Amino acid sequence: MSTLHTVNKSPFERPSLKTCLDHVVQGDAILLIEDAVVGARKGGAFAEALSHKQASCSIYVLAPDLAARGIKAEDIAEGIALVDYGGFVDLAAGKARVCAWL
Amino acid sequence: MRFGIVVTEGPYTHQASDSAYRFTKAALEKGHEIFRVFFYNDGVNNATRFAVPPQDDRNLQVLWSELAEKHKLDLVVCIAAAPRRGILDADEAKRQGKDGNNIAPGFLISGLGQLIEAGIQSDRLVMFGD
Repeated sequence: MSTLHTVNKSPFERPSLKTCLDHVVQGDAILLIEDAVVGARKGGAFAEALSHKQASCSIYVLAPDLAARGIKAEDIAEGIALVDYGGFVDLAAGKARVCAWL
Repeated sequence: MRFGIVVTEGPYTHQASDSAYRFTKAALEKGHEIFRVFFYNDGVNNATRFAVPPQDDRNLQVLWSELAEKHKLDLVVCIAAAPRRGILDADEAKRQGKDGNNIAPGFLISGLGQLIEAGIQSDRLVMFGD
């Protein structure tokens, strides 16, 4: 019973990404959308925590929201995959439930 | 697969309504079913037909109405959240003694039970908010 976790606020604004990282379990997926995409930046304050989590769960970032903020795919921390809205739908369908960390 | 969508933020606030709209559209394009889109708290502000954004901006209320018409979507607005924010349909306007209503085409004012039902009937409930 794995879960897709969505985070939509910048980790510099709210603690939702940190809380999410504290709660995910093996086999879950995390998708960063809206302002949360800034947390995926290579060399950023959350890059290490995110790459550490990749041992147990997969991490994704919503590409259109990344592009809207002028962040290029090559500026994203290693191992984080880009998905579009169709990929978001596939992730939601592929896990047993979706948990939005609002 | 059957999806239920919850929107708890108004349009043009941050991005929740845009995200919910684009997710809903992508799910429909992939052949999934949308059981219901439930607008709760400030999300009810998506349901006014009187919104007039600048011409070069997207009109989210119209986009939702058009999507609802095209795909026969059930767009439900919470009755506890809507009247206090000035979102009224004809029945509510009459009941509250107001001189008009502003609900957009495709939206229906109903109770929180509709959200519970969406949670039970949908395979996945996806929430967008602030």
